[in-house]
Amino acid sequence: MTTELFVQYLFAGITYGSIYAIVAIGFNIIYNTTGIINFAQGEFVMLGGMVSVSLLPYMPLPLAIGLAVLITMVVGALIEIVFIRWLASPSVLRMIIITIGISILTREAAVHIWGDNIRSLPYFAGNEISTIGVLGARISPQVLWVVGVCGVMVCTLHLFFKTTSVGREMRACAANRTAAILCGINPRNMVTFSFVLSAGMGALAGCVMSPITYTQYDIGTGLAIKGFTVAILGGLGNSGGAVAAGLLLGIIEAFSVSVVPLAFKDAISIAILLLILFVRPHGLFGSGEAARLKAF
Amino acid sequence: MKRLIAILPILGVVVLIQLLTTWMGTQFYLTQMTMAAYYSLLIIGLCVLMGYAGQISLGHAGFFAIGGYLSAALTTRNLMPCREEWLVRFLDAGGLLQSGKDMYGADLLVVWPWAAALFAVLMAALIAVLIGIPVLKLKGHYLAMATLGFGIIIYRLVLATPWFGEADGISGVPPFELLPGLVVRGDASGRVQNYYIAWGMLIFGLFLLLNLMHSRIGRALRAIHGSEDAADAMGVNISRFKLQTFVLSAVFAAIAGILLTHFNGGIGPSEAGVMKSVRYVAIVAVGGMAHLWGAMIMGVLLNFLSLRGVFGSYDDAVFGLILILIMLFAPNGILTLLPRKKEEAPVQAASKDEEA
Repeated sequence: MTTELFVQYLFAGITYGSIYAIVAIGFNIIYNTTGIINFAQGEFVMLGGMVSVSLLPYMPLPLAIGLAVLITMVVGALIEIVFIRWLASPSVLRMIIITIGISILTREAAVHIWGDNIRSLPYFAGNEISTIGVLGARISPQVLWVVGVCGVMVCTLHLFFKTTSVGREMRACAANRTAAILCGINPRNMVTFSFVLSAGMGALAGCVMSPITYTQYDIGTGLAIKGFTVAILGGLGNSGGAVAAGLLLGIIEAFSVSVVPLAFKDAISIAILLLILFVRPHGLFGSGEAARLKAF
Repeated sequence: MKRLIAILPILGVVVLIQLLTTWMGTQFYLTQMTMAAYYSLLIIGLCVLMGYAGQISLGHAGFFAIGGYLSAALTTRNLMPCREEWLVRFLDAGGLLQSGKDMYGADLLVVWPWAAALFAVLMAALIAVLIGIPVLKLKGHYLAMATLGFGIIIYRLVLATPWFGEADGISGVPPFELLPGLVVRGDASGRVQNYYIAWGMLIFGLFLLLNLMHSRIGRALRAIHGSEDAADAMGVNISRFKLQTFVLSAVFAAIAGILLTHFNGGIGPSEAGVMKSVRYVAIVAVGGMAHLWGAMIMGVLLNFLSLRGVFGSYDDAVFGLILILIMLFAPNGILTLLPRKKEEAPVQAASKDEEA
């Protein structure tokens, strides 16, 4: 393999990897505050892309993206308030089935609103054919946008959880719900907030990836599976691990194309998921000690 | 014996429907009733796994597809070009092949349907064992994702393998002669016969599972569902029972896949799709999880409506909505909404079958 090809694959992997990492962090935020895996996580990414494409004819690109993120956040909040907030200690099986149902409904709503056409936003800088040379390889400037936005999102999120009071309250809920209630925190609001947050992150990722990967009504399930793989790989609830695992999975996937047919690309990452689940369910970076406390 | 008598009303309804449709000249309904019965065969198998053993599977369309696709490919793909290979010669010597003519009059050499069906069921069981051993150690979200992942891998494989027809699927699957005179096939002349074959299979399957659930195995499974640790402490071999149930439900799915494929004369990749698996889970949930009768009745009803196209382009959305509504308001199944049965827990609902 030549250096150019290597770099080319590497950047493709990093691009997809950062998207997976964002979806995985979305899983983690909701998991930490509720113990739920939200199977509809991928649908937020789809919604972000779809709404921004629809808004674009009426306003400039940054405004369309901002509004799309905002709308998806509202959808996230509504989903939590309507379907989840009022359930008293539901079983895991029940929550799995409810979030799967939400994911189907969102997807079906999308296909009836937008149809099954493939859509995309225009490139943020330049166009389809503008490239930047890196070590002899040619990459699209949009790749830098994706990686940059995802990087900024992860850093902002880290600061948010470390420094702001809402962020601290959310962490308190994740650590010990009862103690958090005793300190005057309303955990229900924190759960709603975690849905809003992960919906917003998913939507923003959906916007920046749209020019390269395109947006269609049914991209959610695939992204959710990949995101979950990454979340498990990095240790469920561990956002730093999610970033590392996301990049790892993205790069493995990108290089797998050079070995096996493209049609098996998804099968490979799912096979990795199964392997990880069987061998190390607490993830590559998670601690086995902490994992024993979770419900595998 | 009591359970045998409980089956009689169902038999009565089955015969009544056939007579009614024949009398009213609407026999085409029987085609969808036949298909709905085969799907329900899968659903009662899944019901045992989900309701009684408490293990979710989002990959059962995968087992359905393994059964259907293997049987379809073996009975359709012409072995003539490789007839000199040792394997083909060996199969031929064992009487497992049958020859015929294709639509252009060329010689055709394919696997005998019974041999293909048995092979498909064995493969499904084998895959279920191989997948089940590691997967069933997981719980909750992890189990759901792992089985979902398995389903997607099967979907990708049939979509990417030329032998399985890729996106076109396999068509022209020959009829399956179960016994002399009993043929699973889709043409209009065999409609009534096939209706009875399908319902015979479904009722036999239901009877088998009802008996199983009221035996030692059923009690062990319910103990596992209640609390794995408690069951373990009582000396129940948890992993073995879970695996057996998983394999059993996979075999039910594979048999359903084989028969439906021969009935339809073909199979396409959508049968392996994730939405199919989710739909099966939805129907089991509507029926009341640990409620074989409920699962069967809902399976037939919802599949029939869906196959008749009642839901139009909102087909998937309807199943998504059903899932959410049932899980929000009646997590123990739609039957618990009846005032008479309001205070029943699912386990009690299951033991009700005995008196029914």
